[in-house]
Amino acid sequence: MSSNYNNNFSKGTDLAVIILYLLMACIGILSIFMVEYNPNSDWATSFISGKTSYSKQFFFLIFCSFIAVFILLMDSKVFTALANILFASGIVLMLATFVLGKEINGSKSWIPIAAGFNLQPAELCKIFTALALAKFISRPETDFTKLQSHLIAGAMIGIPAILSIMQHELGLAIVYSAFIFAMYREGLPPIILVVLISFALLVIATLLLEPTLLAIILTVIGGLILIYLGKSYKRNKQAIIIVASVWIFCVGTVRFVVPYIFNNVFECYQTTRIYSMVGKEYDCSLNKRSAQKPGAKAARKPDDYNVKQSKIAIGSGGFWGRGFLKGTQTRGKYVPEQNTDFIFTSIGEAFGFVGTFTFLGLYLFFLFRLIRIAERQRSTFSRVYAYSVVGIFFFHIAVNISMTIGLFPVVGIPLPLISYGGSSLLTFTALVFILLRLDADRQMVLR
Amino acid sequence: MSVYNQNRGGIIQIIIGTIFFLIVGQLVSLQIVSNKYKLAADNNAIYRKIIYPDRGIIYDRKKRALLENTISYDLVVIPNEAKGVDTAALCDILRIDKEEYSKRIVEAIIKNTRVKAGVFEPFLTPELYAQLNENLYRFPGFSLSERSIRNYPYNTAAQVLGYVAEVDVNFLKKHESEGYEMGDYAGITGLEKNYESVLMGQRGVKRFLRDNKGKIQGPYEKGEFDTVAVAGKNLYTSIDVQVQQLAEKLLQNKIGSAVAINPKTGGVIAMASSPGYNPNLLTGSQRRKTIGRLLLDTSRPLYNRAIKGQYPPGSTFKPLGALIALDEGLITPNYGYNCFGSYGACGDPRKCEHHNAGHAANLQLALAYSCNSYFLQVFRMAIDNPKYKSAKAGYLKWKEYMNAFGFGRKLGVDLPSENKANIPDTAQYNRDFGNPRYWNSCYMLTLGIGQDRMTATPLQLANSMAFIANEGYYYTPHFVDSIESETEEEAEQLAPFRTKQKVTKIPKEYFDVIKEGMHDVTVYGTAAFIKVPGHEYCAKTGTAQNPHGKNHSLFVCFAPKDNPKIAVAVIVENAGYGSTWAGPIGGLLMEQYLNDTLTIESKLKADNLSQVDLMPQAIKNWYVQHNKAAYMAPIEYNNDELSDVWDMEMLAEGVVKTKAKDTTPPAPTPLPNSDKTNKDSLLPNTDKKKRLKP
Repeated sequence: MSSNYNNNFSKGTDLAVIILYLLMACIGILSIFMVEYNPNSDWATSFISGKTSYSKQFFFLIFCSFIAVFILLMDSKVFTALANILFASGIVLMLATFVLGKEINGSKSWIPIAAGFNLQPAELCKIFTALALAKFISRPETDFTKLQSHLIAGAMIGIPAILSIMQHELGLAIVYSAFIFAMYREGLPPIILVVLISFALLVIATLLLEPTLLAIILTVIGGLILIYLGKSYKRNKQAIIIVASVWIFCVGTVRFVVPYIFNNVFECYQTTRIYSMVGKEYDCSLNKRSAQKPGAKAARKPDDYNVKQSKIAIGSGGFWGRGFLKGTQTRGKYVPEQNTDFIFTSIGEAFGFVGTFTFLGLYLFFLFRLIRIAERQRSTFSRVYAYSVVGIFFFHIAVNISMTIGLFPVVGIPLPLISYGGSSLLTFTALVFILLRLDADRQMVLR
Repeated sequence: MSVYNQNRGGIIQIIIGTIFFLIVGQLVSLQIVSNKYKLAADNNAIYRKIIYPDRGIIYDRKKRALLENTISYDLVVIPNEAKGVDTAALCDILRIDKEEYSKRIVEAIIKNTRVKAGVFEPFLTPELYAQLNENLYRFPGFSLSERSIRNYPYNTAAQVLGYVAEVDVNFLKKHESEGYEMGDYAGITGLEKNYESVLMGQRGVKRFLRDNKGKIQGPYEKGEFDTVAVAGKNLYTSIDVQVQQLAEKLLQNKIGSAVAINPKTGGVIAMASSPGYNPNLLTGSQRRKTIGRLLLDTSRPLYNRAIKGQYPPGSTFKPLGALIALDEGLITPNYGYNCFGSYGACGDPRKCEHHNAGHAANLQLALAYSCNSYFLQVFRMAIDNPKYKSAKAGYLKWKEYMNAFGFGRKLGVDLPSENKANIPDTAQYNRDFGNPRYWNSCYMLTLGIGQDRMTATPLQLANSMAFIANEGYYYTPHFVDSIESETEEEAEQLAPFRTKQKVTKIPKEYFDVIKEGMHDVTVYGTAAFIKVPGHEYCAKTGTAQNPHGKNHSLFVCFAPKDNPKIAVAVIVENAGYGSTWAGPIGGLLMEQYLNDTLTIESKLKADNLSQVDLMPQAIKNWYVQHNKAAYMAPIEYNNDELSDVWDMEMLAEGVVKTKAKDTTPPAPTPLPNSDKTNKDSLLPNTDKKKRLKP
């Protein structure tokens, strides 16, 4: 797109984001190059031959640039007009994968299209959901302070998320929670955030502590709240009822809901990963879902192998890093999936803390820039969409990096603009450039 | 509405910032605080390959290689890559079955893991190598790996050179800081062990990057941290291959030992211990087959009798006893003792082989005839020396002399585990006889003729000859004269061998008398029939009683008489008179060294001697029982000999009780030039023994 600059075209387009976008994409190609580099073959020839991932990624980038230009040339009203239709067709596509789907890496979420390329509707659906959510919230008749609106928005997010889980794409499903940012910005009561965070803490506590001990702690907390309320609870019996029901809910969660989810909803390997995060082992014989498939492969590498090797790679980088193309973990291919989900390790190993810190700084700058763009929109549609993009990027970045450094269970989600993969790059390109397109028309009020 | 919630954008930024802060915190802990990840990464990815240099070569005094290096091939396998192997064909070539095949694969996995190469079949024979090389494409994961092994072109000096073998856990523990690893080879015995650090050279280390499957990716950091292998240094020894081979040949079919030293340098010319073994049997593929048999062999072929065997020196001690008495001023060379065939001064008479009058009229004669009485008397004089207040003090003085002559202590030869043999301590006598006030020279009388508890190794005996030959000093016996491009440290290691051991201040004239006496031994005395063509020499025979059976035959000598160049000690166990067996062997060794060849006559004599079978019956019997005659000397035991075995008391039950034929074993072939007039030269095995009671 860089060649196509003209006044009309570039008017109102945020140049900083474009530069950051290109910078990130180039870092991505370089990182993939570090992973694929083989000193025994000439990198120039293998680049031109197009058989290596980094050259493919390079071609993806060129392709995405055309898409980006195409998006920038579109009328921004198209997005508001097509939001609902796109969302609907996205859901249809996701449903279609159950019929047409092709299994790749254990998840049946891909639809094969021409020339060996595969499409992952769940990826695209993120864009469509963002547009549809923006469309819904920006409707004049929507009052986003009302519970009803929250529930409708929740359903719009929940449907593709649940479909993703059914496709064994837990990572993608998690990303759908990114829309909470946009909703929060538009008036979702903060209490919901507090409740959600409390719930997350409760789940983590369930993992860490004995159920009985936890129940005692919860009872003590409940008691303390009642004492704090003091006189007022005598007047207001409702308070007692609320506290009591919260207590019942919490203990119930600890006792029944969490074990049920771990044993019956999650796959054995997922539960194992979550347990290994807190340094515990999970007995797979408890898992009902795995038990249903007796033919499943029993022997596999210990589940924390990925994280262990990934931590070794990043940790061995030290402060200054081992140097470009000198990372032994990368050269020896010790980190599985290093091209895609664990691409951060190659940066961490080669450039050390200096590299990772700078890299995170770039991301942070990028996110804050997007938030700034979001806040300068006149139309609710653009703002909701912008926050959706911020949320999606942030969740991808946070979850992906956290999992490579052992702060989060391993779920397969790519690092935006860096990880190898056409679908992922295309999705993020579209997300960013639609936003830029909308931003270019920020003085307009779009509905 | 957006206006109300504007601050929420800030809150979102704070949330994002907090999460990023957490991530950075974890990165600090991973990348800056902890260094274990760096180590873990190196452990993962850096493969250290040790490059073995060639071991140093050991040369004899004329720069002939006693041992060399040759290449041998191992069949190695990387278990993980051994898929789709034509097992049947491989088993066929190696002549193993499939069970053995899977067993060996499992072994390789246990030893070297699945991804590293482990030995499948070591030391391939040339035929096997050719066959495997041709068919290697059928065995993916298998390859042929080169290794350097020892090779002994002269088949000689096995016990001296020692052998190299795979190091064991104990060795690794002992040499922890020296960089040995499991599977390395190191010198285990002999010179190979003693000079391990010199011979080994310096191993090189190459660092490679390997991937998650153990495959080598290429050099690590372009070989920046690699070190080069430095070849081991060569050793130049004083051994003379021909003398060594001759010594081994002459000791064939006997139990015993021969040591020859160059008195001028202390360099060992030859050191043989019999029975020995062919050193080539302990290299390469031979080793596995041989080592067990050698270890179990009752005649102990791996045992170097020259430095470990403890023998009563018998009459060969007499010149030294005389030296002590001369130096203490107790006798003069003219001192005579009137011996009539026995020594009775201590009660129970001790027999002497001679009773003609005047055979001990002076020291020279007494030495020549080896008069027991004379030397018993001289010994008593030394112990009861009026200079010292008690027998104990006198004994201690005598012991001091003996230690100075190199007896009863380690000489410090450059071979491992030398024995110091025994010059008894007074404590031993105190224990047996009570308070030193109660014992006197009579209690240990036979020390004077090299019996009692005195023992010496053949090396010590040869060294004592060098000492007499040099008239008062010796050089510590050693093999290695110099090391190739010697460093200071190595020169220090060899320094003791280059220092004169000036042990006593005994005047030259006393040595002259002893030398004359020993020369007379070879002119008209006990060794008169043994000649070294072209050279006058000095010698002393010995026939030592021992608790193991027949007398040991001993012979010590040096030659030429003036300007001695070689000092020799020979012992043949349980063979009889010193002049009969040990004597001729000593003579031939001197001839070979001094003339660098043997006369035709001597050659014949040597051949005959080497054929003579003096193996103790008990050992022969062991071979018969264990059916092991095959790899010992090429001797067939006939029925007559076997029947003789039944007479032996050592043979208890368990052996078939056939007819007990009462025959004497066939007498060894008489020596061609044995002097019938000499008493010592009478052969018979059934001869009367010296009646000396220790």
